[in-house]
Amino acid sequence: MLEIKNLKASINNKTILKGLSLSIKPGELHAIMGPNGSGKSTLANVLSGKDGYKISGELNFKGENLKDVPVEKRAQKGIFLAFQYPLEIPGVNTNNFLKTSLNSLRKSKGEKELDSLAFLKLVKEKSSELGIDEKILSRQLNVGFSGGEKKKNEILQMKILDPNLSILDETDSGLDIDALKIIAKGVNSSRNSKKSFLVITHYQRLLDYIKPDFVHVLSDGKIVKTGCGELAEELEKTGYKKLN
Amino acid sequence: MKQQELEKAKEYKYGFTTDIESIKAPRGLNEDIIKFISEIKKEPKWMLDWRLKAFSRLKNIKEPNWQKPKYPKINYQDLYYYSAPKSSNEKPKSLDDVDPKLIETYKKLGIPLKEQEKLAGVAVDAVFDSVSVATTFKDKLTEKGIIFCPISEAIQKHPELVKKYLGSVIPITDHYFATLNSAVFTDGSFVYIPKNVRCPMELSTYFRINASETGQFERTLIIADEGSYVSYLEGCTAPMRDENQLHAANVELIALDNAEIKYSTVQNWYPGDENGKGGIYNFVTKRGACRGKNSKISWTQVETGSAITWKYPSCILQGDNSVGEFYSIAITNNHQKADTGTKMIHLGKNTKSKIISKGISAGRADNTYRGLVDINKKALNSRNYTQCDSLLMGNKCGAHTIPYIKNKNSSSIVEHEATTSKINEEQLYYCNQRGLNQEEAVGLIVNGFCKEVLQQLPMEFAVEAQKLVGISLEGSVG
Repeated sequence: MLEIKNLKASINNKTILKGLSLSIKPGELHAIMGPNGSGKSTLANVLSGKDGYKISGELNFKGENLKDVPVEKRAQKGIFLAFQYPLEIPGVNTNNFLKTSLNSLRKSKGEKELDSLAFLKLVKEKSSELGIDEKILSRQLNVGFSGGEKKKNEILQMKILDPNLSILDETDSGLDIDALKIIAKGVNSSRNSKKSFLVITHYQRLLDYIKPDFVHVLSDGKIVKTGCGELAEELEKTGYKKLN
Repeated sequence: MKQQELEKAKEYKYGFTTDIESIKAPRGLNEDIIKFISEIKKEPKWMLDWRLKAFSRLKNIKEPNWQKPKYPKINYQDLYYYSAPKSSNEKPKSLDDVDPKLIETYKKLGIPLKEQEKLAGVAVDAVFDSVSVATTFKDKLTEKGIIFCPISEAIQKHPELVKKYLGSVIPITDHYFATLNSAVFTDGSFVYIPKNVRCPMELSTYFRINASETGQFERTLIIADEGSYVSYLEGCTAPMRDENQLHAANVELIALDNAEIKYSTVQNWYPGDENGKGGIYNFVTKRGACRGKNSKISWTQVETGSAITWKYPSCILQGDNSVGEFYSIAITNNHQKADTGTKMIHLGKNTKSKIISKGISAGRADNTYRGLVDINKKALNSRNYTQCDSLLMGNKCGAHTIPYIKNKNSSSIVEHEATTSKINEEQLYYCNQRGLNQEEAVGLIVNGFCKEVLQQLPMEFAVEAQKLVGISLEGSVG
């Protein structure tokens, strides 16, 4: 699904990622942990194609080199990023945003656009599945949403857009236990042999609910350790310091 | 107009050239020109006198200069005041001859091919499909006693109505551009809706444009008699290239007892190029009088074109319980400038007005909302609600809100709200990540911002206006 080889990324002449390699196969869920400033969010941004980074190394998605592929094209190919800080867009109805988004993804795949009725049916189904109040969807996009509502909204979008690779950038930060369970449910219910996940987190807490196939430790722009689920628990006890 | 034709025009003794295919007056503004226009329109003497009166007034007044966008001095003696429809020889032969940029925009707007040809001014030899359509419309309207024709025709056929109402809302003494228009207006629309008639369709200039090409000094007069209703759409939603610089139209609306007029404009004149070269000066005077009790006038405007837009569609709320509304979207990109808003003059009791203004500024553009709410002493229990929102894109544009509020009695209430916000790259990135391209993302954000105004437009207009909003801001971000 995703092949990263010796990825380096810098912004404003500061190198953040310093030769990162990672391979994610279909059906796998990888967790990336690491201290503040280790480059976790940069990795998420670079994978999504955000502007402003100077990049070298290899980045392949479904066998295709992502170099020079703009953000929206990557999204259309099936990369989804749940934002750490979802943006507020006043005046834009959340439902309308999501419908426009879904239809632009469908269009790019040559599928028929969904009409409003079919779309609303889909939204109802997915939001009740996750236990999210669909009322948030009739509000302006993320405007006046609580931190938890914003994150839940991201996961609901992920469910509806149904991407191949979902990247969750610290989606669990600042959530209470109920919201955390909803996020986990959203991920777990989407897992199958074709979908891949890259879950970026600070804490082991989320991994109590989401069982990763692999856990990587990112430090100073490189993956310094890779293990299975137990690695997360170990880190929780010992902290990151020991690794360096 | 081409140089050689101008030379040709100069050769003639009387300075006028009349050949089979086109009729033009030479440059300049004087009594002869006005007489020429009046004569060619076969106007009665009272009309010519009216024009000349305006012209003599014009000589004694100066252009206003309090507006924010400044412009180079216009030499009025250097302009053309009359040019009849171009002959088919001069027009592009087919769409292949038209600027491809223009065609691209038409395509994006989803304008049908036949319509594209018409908008681009292509000479079409075959009979217009719309001719038959126009005729059907006319029959249906005539049945109800509705008059909808070029104003030059109304001057001849319905002089009693024109005499009574022309200049009754915008007097010939009003201000420089209005006075200039009164002296030299060439054509425009005339609408009369009889008592208790609800006009069965949206009236639009589009269905009239065959009869006469509207010039740069249009004059429109709409009268809604007691208990009647009409919705009027103005302008075309595609960019028009116009070699003239100044566009100074006058629009007068009159609503009598219990009548309602809804007037919608989508203005997309040539805005000039990316460097601010060329473009239309859109200096238009629009004013409606709610003359009767319980009458209502509602202006909706989407202003995306022109180098400078300078206009204040206004309502004079004379009748008790009358209502005035103004919904506006003004978009300025590149070097465009807009100074627009409204005036709500409350004279009658229990009068209400509502102003919703959305200004969007991108590139190096400058966008000003300027509005007056004037509640008179006798306009007891009146209300006004004003909301002005500005959206900025980038760091080089400007947005200004200048409200003037005069409340002369204590039983009336005025509310004013204003906000300024900015589209940032993070918002666009967020939209991009959800699969929307730059254009779609900007369109979505801006349309969200304008929603309250777009909702006011008639259905068929709203869809085009939404697309236009996106197109006008193309390339303004990132």
